[in-house]
Amino acid sequence: MKRASLAHLGVVVAVLAAVPLLTASNVVLNFLVVALLIALVGQGWNVLGGYGGQFSFGHAAFFGTGAYVSAILQTRYGINAWLAFALGIAGGALVGALIGALTFRSGLKGSYFALVTLAFAEVLRILASVAPITGAGVGILITLDLRPQAFQFQSRAPFYWIILALLAVSFLIVRLIEQSRFGAWLVAVRENEEAAKAVGVNTRRVKLAAMTISAAITAAGGAFYAQYFLFVDSGIAYGPWISIEALLAPIVGGIGTAFGPLLGALVVKMLGELTKLVTGDAPGLDLVIYGGVLILIVAFAPQGIAGLIADLRLRFARLRRRLPERAHG
Amino acid sequence: MLSPIILVPAVLNGLLTGAVYGLVALGLTLIYGVLHIINFAHGALLTAAMFAAFFAHRLLGLDPYLAALGLTPLFFALGYGLQRFVIGPAAHGEDRNILLVTLALAVVIENALLYGFGADTRTLNLAYAFDVVDVGVAFLALPRVIAFGVVLAVALVLWLILALTDTGKAIRAVAKEKLGAELSGIDVAHIYAVTFGLGTACLAIAACLLIPTYYVNPHIGNGFVLVAFTIVVLGGMGSVTGALIGGLFVGVVESLCGLYLGESLGQIGIFIMFILVLLLRPSGLFGERA
Repeated sequence: MKRASLAHLGVVVAVLAAVPLLTASNVVLNFLVVALLIALVGQGWNVLGGYGGQFSFGHAAFFGTGAYVSAILQTRYGINAWLAFALGIAGGALVGALIGALTFRSGLKGSYFALVTLAFAEVLRILASVAPITGAGVGILITLDLRPQAFQFQSRAPFYWIILALLAVSFLIVRLIEQSRFGAWLVAVRENEEAAKAVGVNTRRVKLAAMTISAAITAAGGAFYAQYFLFVDSGIAYGPWISIEALLAPIVGGIGTAFGPLLGALVVKMLGELTKLVTGDAPGLDLVIYGGVLILIVAFAPQGIAGLIADLRLRFARLRRRLPERAHG
Repeated sequence: MLSPIILVPAVLNGLLTGAVYGLVALGLTLIYGVLHIINFAHGALLTAAMFAAFFAHRLLGLDPYLAALGLTPLFFALGYGLQRFVIGPAAHGEDRNILLVTLALAVVIENALLYGFGADTRTLNLAYAFDVVDVGVAFLALPRVIAFGVVLAVALVLWLILALTDTGKAIRAVAKEKLGAELSGIDVAHIYAVTFGLGTACLAIAACLLIPTYYVNPHIGNGFVLVAFTIVVLGGMGSVTGALIGGLFVGVVESLCGLYLGESLGQIGIFIMFILVLLLRPSGLFGERA
């Protein structure tokens, strides 16, 4: 698999960072903030699912914990929003480590792993919908306080730059993983766990570390969500929608690649907006399309859009060197 | 401790509910036992079946028990088609892909129903919905007693199909040793699709049994399917008897939890049981040691 170079990352981030200088349109910025948020959440899933091969169907557990911890700390305990944000990430990581420790200790993988992560997210959702501290059925409204030190801004541009910065950090983390020994172990676990174990990789610890990093990145997305929309309830925080978005973005974009989640999130969100344009704000239809896209990608482009691009490049290069096509595949 | 006058009806009602849970779980465990994959679209297909049963009565005036005769083959065909023409080809034989495709199907079906019919909760008003049977120690709702009997009959028929027919033998062969079955001339893709069809047909029957006393909305299947996951894990993945006994057990646990803790926490009890079983004994109480 082709690795993302630092120069690529720099160019992509620089281009995206320039957008608010070119347009002040709230519609465009809002779209991009949400797309980058999904890219960040998807990047979290990608660390565990893409590089480690452990398909979680319950990343909502981490997203929701990030959102709730951050929201509860600032509304109930008056803690500074930035600090609450950081603690939200820590909370998500902790939940990831706990769930990981339990599931990997029992040796759950494949279907079982998907199932148990889904169940954990659902338990948290039900608990959050009845517990007083999470505002039960009503949810939590973060008080409006439009000051930078409260992590709230007049315009959308600062939010956009912050989510972009978070995404850039997640790129760097993924790149570090790709280049490290840990990354090699993680990919070994994905490709053949038994073989990895046989050559001395502590597979349980590797998976646990991947899950903790994965949960932290996704929790950052949750905490950012709370700050951007100033509202959290059990359906938003722990609902299945975010678990699906988290895996959809990297799979559509290119699973196990640094750019995959961003590419996928942009494409999927664009599709969602187009659907809304055509049909109006009909409930459910965007998700019908997402599901359809997921089936098509799995069926026809298992390496996602990144895989398609790499494939086209290869064909193009062959054409230029006039090499026979048959060598492919 | 509660007196037997409250306890006995609660246990009996739990058994009746548990039987339908068992039927939903039966479909799930059958598919798992043969395809070795968890069908995440199971809940959404149950929802679709409940909508079908609902509209069969609303639009065609068909009694749910009568509609079952038509819906069962229809859903068998639907399940067969889904596996043969969507899940099978899209998955390229990789387990991870099957997981994703069934999840995607669940998303598509559930949201298509939401788009088509809205989020409203609908109920049928049948003349016999509130009829009761006096069994001496308790009064039981007639539709649920019928459901209990039908589930036992369906389980028996399913067992006979698996034990006696050629297709049943082929299904068991594929479940045990896929490659060997393929080498001896069994069309594995066909058997996979038949199994998926049988699992989906169970849902059509369960839907027709539920609709007289239950309500339907686009998310209704999720609740059932998580219970079904619990049962399947509890009873051992792929075990038919395990699914039935597990279903009855979970029905009683839920009924008693509801009695002692209240409705919403009764559901939590099931989830916690589910996670505990998965963590402590993933092969289930009746399944073989993994």
